[in-house]
Amino acid sequence: MATMEELRKKYEVVIGLEVHAQLKTKSKIFCEDGTEFGLEPNSQSSPISLGMPGVLPILNKAVVDMGILTGLALNCEIPEFCKFDRKQYFYADLPKGYQISQFDKPIAINGSIKIDGKTIGITRAHLEEDAGKLVHAGADGIAGSSYSLVDLNRAGTPLLEIVSEPDIRSSDEAKAYVEELRNIVKYIGVCDGNLEEGSMRCDVNISVRPWGQKEFGTRAEIKNVNSFRALQRAVEFEIDRQIEIVEEGGQVVQETRLWNEAEGITKSMRSKEEAHDYRYFPEPDLMPLQISKEWIERVKSTMPELPEQKRQRYIDKGLSEYDARVIVEQMETALFFDQVIDKVSNIKTALNYLMGDITAYLKENKININETKLTPERLVGLIDLIEKGTISNNIGKKIITIMLETGDHAKDIVEKQGLSVISDDSAIREIAQKIVDANPEQVEAYKGGRDKLFGFFVGQVMKETKGRANPQVINDILKELLS
Amino acid sequence: MKDDLIFKTASAQRKALLAKEISAKELLDLTYERIEKTEPQVESFNSLTKELAYETAKCVDEKISKGENLPLLAGVPLALKDNMCAKNSFTTASSKILANFKSPYNATVVEKLNENLIPIVGKANLDEFAMGSSTENSATKTTKNPWNLNKVPGGSSGGSAAAVAACQSTLALGSDTGGSIRLPASFCGIVGIKPTYGRVSRYGLIAFASSLDQIGPFARNVEDAALLLGAIAGHDKNDQTSIDLPVADYSKALNTDVKGLKIGFVKELLSEGTQPEVKAAIEAALKSYEAMGAEIVEVSIPHVKYSIGVYYILATAEASSNLARFDGVKYGYRTQEAESLIEMYKKTRAEGFGDEVKRRIMLGTYALSSGYYDAYYKKAQQLRTIIKNDFDKVFEKVDLMVTPTCPTTAFDIGSKSSDPLAMYLMDICTITSNLAGVPAMSIPCGFDNDGMPIGLQLIAPILGEETMIKAAYSFEQANDFNKIAKL
Repeated sequence: MATMEELRKKYEVVIGLEVHAQLKTKSKIFCEDGTEFGLEPNSQSSPISLGMPGVLPILNKAVVDMGILTGLALNCEIPEFCKFDRKQYFYADLPKGYQISQFDKPIAINGSIKIDGKTIGITRAHLEEDAGKLVHAGADGIAGSSYSLVDLNRAGTPLLEIVSEPDIRSSDEAKAYVEELRNIVKYIGVCDGNLEEGSMRCDVNISVRPWGQKEFGTRAEIKNVNSFRALQRAVEFEIDRQIEIVEEGGQVVQETRLWNEAEGITKSMRSKEEAHDYRYFPEPDLMPLQISKEWIERVKSTMPELPEQKRQRYIDKGLSEYDARVIVEQMETALFFDQVIDKVSNIKTALNYLMGDITAYLKENKININETKLTPERLVGLIDLIEKGTISNNIGKKIITIMLETGDHAKDIVEKQGLSVISDDSAIREIAQKIVDANPEQVEAYKGGRDKLFGFFVGQVMKETKGRANPQVINDILKELLS
Repeated sequence: MKDDLIFKTASAQRKALLAKEISAKELLDLTYERIEKTEPQVESFNSLTKELAYETAKCVDEKISKGENLPLLAGVPLALKDNMCAKNSFTTASSKILANFKSPYNATVVEKLNENLIPIVGKANLDEFAMGSSTENSATKTTKNPWNLNKVPGGSSGGSAAAVAACQSTLALGSDTGGSIRLPASFCGIVGIKPTYGRVSRYGLIAFASSLDQIGPFARNVEDAALLLGAIAGHDKNDQTSIDLPVADYSKALNTDVKGLKIGFVKELLSEGTQPEVKAAIEAALKSYEAMGAEIVEVSIPHVKYSIGVYYILATAEASSNLARFDGVKYGYRTQEAESLIEMYKKTRAEGFGDEVKRRIMLGTYALSSGYYDAYYKKAQQLRTIIKNDFDKVFEKVDLMVTPTCPTTAFDIGSKSSDPLAMYLMDICTITSNLAGVPAMSIPCGFDNDGMPIGLQLIAPILGEETMIKAAYSFEQANDFNKIAKL
């Protein structure tokens, strides 16, 4: 009996992703309701978003701009003509009984992005409205609940659904693709890119086929994948599930499956036969959109630096590929880094601070760098002090925390707390002599061959100087005194 | 003398108001007295909106006493078809599913009526969700034709037309998806205009078929109808299908200068199926135009034979979607007993919608279903374009087209209700202008042997309302068919 690991080698995995990005407009896609998250249920609503009789949609142009911008960032074509369609199904969170979406003429087509040098095709990106939310009383889901409440605050929030080609071949690639997509939408400012909070959601289409087979295997669509970890686990689980079926001579069923995070498995939700007939037809309440070259150019002119370009620029500045990738993953920190990169005396030191102590601090406090009091100028000041040798790196690490919390200048903190490096050799020599004199036994032992005791002396001197002495100077003086 | 004012036109009522012969409040009092007296026979209204109407009348009287400028139709009573939303009042679409629904907002036309200080006296009956040609498909009541209470008023805006014909109001608004203003105008012997698609905002009109629906005026003469159209027309940011062009001053079109006007009569729509008196009346009308100096030519809309089929696919497809929101979740009727969400939907809609509405939802759902879309919806859209092209071609040659509004006069209540197809054929002359998006109107042009009114339909090119109104006004001036029904 072959192990799963061996079986996996026999099959090629084919994955395509549908990612819904919630667009960060101030108002909804078809009315003037706000889009702010977490407000009183149904407070962000109007006759239009409630689907009252007689209301009509009014297209928010900012949504179209964001659709175009994202399309361009994903290297898509923006067709001259696009239109909206109605996708019809009944559900209590869908006030009109249909969702306004784009069926056959989406805002962006034929794009691609690169992940680790590999190109992943983007079939299309289309605009649509989000549904509302059901709150089931007395239970997590509808089962076991005595009644359900409808909150339509989210109904009508703009979404961009980005559909990839089936170019993805592993859970790692799936993760890398979604990460890069998230980076892009975040950097161009159209989406928060937060999977956990639902501002980005993804559905995974997945199939397996024996290596060399031309046709795709039958695919299953996995929904409810709410984190990068869930994405990878769900894909891994699904690959094994499908391989087992095929190995046992069975047929994978085309169906929609739900990822169950707690159980770590996917479960069938509905089969192809039960699939909705959405009865798409052109939305008669909205005119088709003519997108002129001028419109596209105007949007293009607002395009910021994309993650890929940023990484390359960092590498050109001497950062390692790894460092470049890691910092670009944290957008706020990278944008902060951009403001120090041309001013700072040592880029590497600045990067170490950003990726080390500062990142640790941010993670601990669950904030981003803009929510601290540290400014790019002050960080430049700190790095200058270190580079000039005014303070040691150890002292730098201590005062960066103070700077993050108070926003004080490094220089002022150093002066106030007397933290500058003791550069006067004679002062250090005096302290070192005192320590040697006070510890005759250790001196004997050291001289008798216990080399490790050297560290003890260094530590004592450091302690006495409160870390302000230059370690190299301490080393030199102690070696001389102990010889 | 004063009491007769409710039988007069808006301009006569305006004169009396400005001369302080009567106050707007008194005019309303008389209107409501008339309604109270005639409503048991005619049954035009689903509900009265007295509070709203008297509030507007009060504003009118204040303005008059202060000597301030008064909008042209200020104080002139109007009946609103009950598929247009007026804030805090019942808006039922004559359906059980909206029986207790009060709109939380105003339709754009209602805002415009308010700006123009036109009092809304009540919400007029209609075929449920405007689906029908006789107003018999109403879940609330059966409106009668004021000319003969055994006959239908036409539909779907039957309540609006009957109210104006019965002098329960001077003006009314209706909506026209396939003839729903013109047909009842014709049956009730009054004037009804379906404007160019997009000329009047649809915001707040409960949608039947979005790409065909258009709100328009009813009145007892062309002038009043033209002024009311002027009051409600215009671009609206709340309706992206509304036309962003200035509205013409329709009062300037109220002249009789039709010399040299080229009028085409559509040969396909004056065929053997037409009631003889109707045919005769139309032919007489053409002669009348000729006598006024217009040039009459025969024109053809070759694809008109497909229009009923095209219409009933497109209109029902859109309706099946537009009516999905009536699901018992948010407002309106909800079934009393259901064990699950799906069951609640099914029972609510089964109990809440009438037969004709259900029939059309089913037709439309079928036409949009996967596997049938290309054969029905898509093909119908293609034919719609071809019919539009037919119109464009004709309008290269003529300024207006003329047809009967309906091949027959008003029929007996109950005589066609078991035969939906016969009912659908009532719309043969009116449907094509909705498909083409062009303006069209019906004006009285005679009476049949039983004294029932006959309607003449004028059809103009896109935004050709002025020409159309001019021709209608000229006909009205040269003839004497605008009569008041005796009740």
